[in-house]
Amino acid sequence: MANPIEQFKIKPIIPLEVGGVDISFTNSAVMMVIAVVLVTAFLTLSVRSRALVPGRWQSMAEVFYEFIAGMLRENVGSAGRKYFPFIFTLFMFVLTGNLLGMVPGAFTYTSHVIVTFGMAIVVFIGVTIIGFARHGTHFLRMFFPEGAPIATAVILVPIEVISYFSRPFSLAVRLFANMTVGHIILKVLGGFVVALGVFGVVPFAFLGAVTVLEFGIAMLQAYVFTILSCIYLHDAIHMH
Amino acid sequence: MPQFDPAFFAPQLFWLAVTFITLYVLMAKVALPKIGAVLDERQRKIDDNLDKAAQLKAEAEAAVAAYEKALSESRAHAHSVIKEASERLAKQAEERTRELNAKLAEQIKAGETRIAAAKDAALNNVREVALDVAGATVARLVGGAADQAKLEAAVAAALKEAGQ
Repeated sequence: MANPIEQFKIKPIIPLEVGGVDISFTNSAVMMVIAVVLVTAFLTLSVRSRALVPGRWQSMAEVFYEFIAGMLRENVGSAGRKYFPFIFTLFMFVLTGNLLGMVPGAFTYTSHVIVTFGMAIVVFIGVTIIGFARHGTHFLRMFFPEGAPIATAVILVPIEVISYFSRPFSLAVRLFANMTVGHIILKVLGGFVVALGVFGVVPFAFLGAVTVLEFGIAMLQAYVFTILSCIYLHDAIHMH
Repeated sequence: MPQFDPAFFAPQLFWLAVTFITLYVLMAKVALPKIGAVLDERQRKIDDNLDKAAQLKAEAEAAVAAYEKALSESRAHAHSVIKEASERLAKQAEERTRELNAKLAEQIKAGETRIAAAKDAALNNVREVALDVAGATVARLVGGAADQAKLEAAVAAALKEAGQ
């Protein structure tokens, strides 16, 4: 039975080092590059004909566009329009990473906590900068709700500070954990299918069902990551 | 788990930054404006068509209104022509009737004059015949010519008695 952790192993393809920092081109980087190429190809080639009545590919591209635009409009409002390219890129990058991971034998870069944390911390820092840029020191009111009795500050402020600073971690861990656990389950079930021989049909049927579920989770987690980023952006722009 | 091996944090973060920024630039500068333009163009075309439809509808309504106006105008015109004609005809008929009446009245008057003259003439004849008859009768009965003046008076009295 194959080691279910094996699939998460980073394998350097082109070893690189700049100023003592390892920046090797790894299997993880390969998938990221593939994701960029796929997303760009999909979104540019599909609208190449600029059809008034869209074809299959073009309507898919339009659905993605309008889905994220609608999400941003509903959660942030018109002030969030200039962050649309970022939110869209975030969604497409996470979604493609999740879905590419469902290709047998492929590496899933969203199953690496450092990758998800890298995106989460960018969202967190970006949102904090936007908050202070828009509201100045008034943004600190985030940590103490308007109208609460001053005596409660002792309890409320630490809670709010902790909840604010745990945002990037919850965002990163949610995606990473979902992807990692899903892939481990798939690998373990696949191992059972091989190990049980003829009786492997039972775990095989289960494997089919879990694969469908994992596709759902791949899309759902991309959605969750994006909508939480939108909600944080809303907090920064409109406060509570 | 390989995920928690710090040895691979740096290369992953580096390539994450590279690919994510590349994708961001490609989305922001190429893909999203393209899709947005397609969507805008469709929206504009739909709006255009709706506008055009509204315009055509307004034109059709204007045409209907013009048609109805022309219809009512021509109806009014026809009405006035008919009225005028009938008035003219009525006036002509009245005039002709009046002329005819005048002519007839004249003719009646002339006829009456003629009848009156004929009657006078007839009455004179009657008187003369009566005078002659009375003179002859008196001469036959009395033998000798009767007094002319007395005869005339008697005849006149008799005629008067007869109511003529």
